[in-house]
Amino acid sequence: MTPMLDARGLRIRDRLDPTDLGIEAPQFLCLVGPNGSGKTSLLHALAGIGDAEGEVRIDGRDPRLAAGDERKRLLSYLPASRDIAWPVSGRSLVALGLPSGAGDAEVERVLAELDADALAERRVDRLSTGERSRLLIARALAPRPRLLLLDEPAANLDPQWQLRLMEHLRRVSGSQAVVAAMHDLDLAARYADRMLILDGGRIVADDAPAELVEGSDVRSVFGIERRGGTWELL
Amino acid sequence: MSLRTALLLWLLVLLLFAASLLVPAGDLVSLFHQDRGLAFALLRELRLPRALLALAYGAMLGASGAAIQALFANPLASPDLTGTTSGAALGAVLTAYIFGFSAPLALSIGAMGGALGALLLLLFLAGPAAETATLLLAGLAISALAGALTTLALALAPSPFAFYDAYEWLMGSLIDRSLSQALFAALPALAAILLLLRLRPALDSLTLGEEVAMSFGHDIRRLRLLVVCLTAAGVGACVAICGAIGFVGLVAPIFGRRLTGGHPGRALLPAALIGGALLLASDLVVRLAPLGRTLPIGVVTALLGAPFFLWLVVHMRWRMRR
Repeated sequence: MTPMLDARGLRIRDRLDPTDLGIEAPQFLCLVGPNGSGKTSLLHALAGIGDAEGEVRIDGRDPRLAAGDERKRLLSYLPASRDIAWPVSGRSLVALGLPSGAGDAEVERVLAELDADALAERRVDRLSTGERSRLLIARALAPRPRLLLLDEPAANLDPQWQLRLMEHLRRVSGSQAVVAAMHDLDLAARYADRMLILDGGRIVADDAPAELVEGSDVRSVFGIERRGGTWELL
Repeated sequence: MSLRTALLLWLLVLLLFAASLLVPAGDLVSLFHQDRGLAFALLRELRLPRALLALAYGAMLGASGAAIQALFANPLASPDLTGTTSGAALGAVLTAYIFGFSAPLALSIGAMGGALGALLLLLFLAGPAAETATLLLAGLAISALAGALTTLALALAPSPFAFYDAYEWLMGSLIDRSLSQALFAALPALAAILLLLRLRPALDSLTLGEEVAMSFGHDIRRLRLLVVCLTAAGVGACVAICGAIGFVGLVAPIFGRRLTGGHPGRALLPAALIGGALLLASDLVVRLAPLGRTLPIGVVTALLGAPFFLWLVVHMRWRMRR
């Protein structure tokens, strides 16, 4: 069977050492690692942003050869920045993520899924960072791409929305591959199927989250350990 | 933009174009009664080139302003920002000292050469994959340099007549251009606008930032190069014939985006239409102003545009404080 994601020899000079990554079937994969460990670079390489070397196949297809609507259906990328350059409405922001043929009903569906109906008519420059984040996440989810690449999706969200988002991502990972870079190890461990730990531009561990969070890699990479239910410095 | 707004905008441009041909009507009507052929010659040789230039130059400034603002994600950007307008002006002034201001081909080549020179310097300074901030700074430096060199060229003018001609041309004027001169500006401008319109989806996707635009499959380096080159060619051709006219490239896109819900790429066509309408209207002000002599149109756009610009700056500061 064609794997959902087959990436080989991904490399970005000075940021990401040659890296292979495969995802056989839909799953929720979490990237963790210290600042500057290469999480965003790996997401960039997978999304075809910048000068990454290597090959990416999503369902056997090369996303670099796909353009327009076809590419939107293959992959979607949420950057860590929540800045929006122009004061468009929430509704038209979400519509930017959809293929050109999609109608208003599709936009409504996406907004409703993230309970963002109330934000639809408001200008994005008048929203809080958390509200903007929800719209940007909705934009990324909108085309239901095969591969969802999210850079710190839970950042800026309140505790309730962090959990609701993770529940939602867990649900969509039943039919889509979700790759999310995250800092909250507990949140990642609770919802993800698989976890990669990155350090110095390399993948140093790849396993089930429960195993990794309790294992020695977190200690050596982050310099922290769990004591009595909380994370403490070594 | 709704269909109704679009139709109204086209109608406005059409009306202003017609007004530009017919106003002031008194001379035209009396001439028509005396000598029909002469009246048509007046229309064809004097008023049509002037109206065509106002429309083409204004539309070019509006479209390129919208494209550059979308590219730099900055509502205060304008074609001057890439240094191409000032480069074109410098190229034209230098060429004019050799060939005079009535040689459209030489002037066009000179202005496009100046614009291209500024562009190459920009690419050399900022690099082909420049960050937006670097590109802005380099463009600013080139504008200042070209402005200083133009002033130097004026100071070293070979004769008082050459100085006066260059000075008047620098203030911008649509008057006394022949139909072939007008076409020298209008055709490159039209081609540049049509090619810029093809970049609308890529420019719209920049609302979400360069990373997302790239993840959509848009080649941002190529986009940047295309916008800068098309702007240089189109604006260069217009500057060669009419001199430098400011503020339209700044103001028109801002109104354009109001009609497209803030989307910068979709605002290209409305901005072009608004730019054309603004320059046609400014030219009507030039003609009808009861001052006894003709105002330079560049002065009119600056007098109308500068207060708007100040209002914009104050408005932005006020919004940021809130």
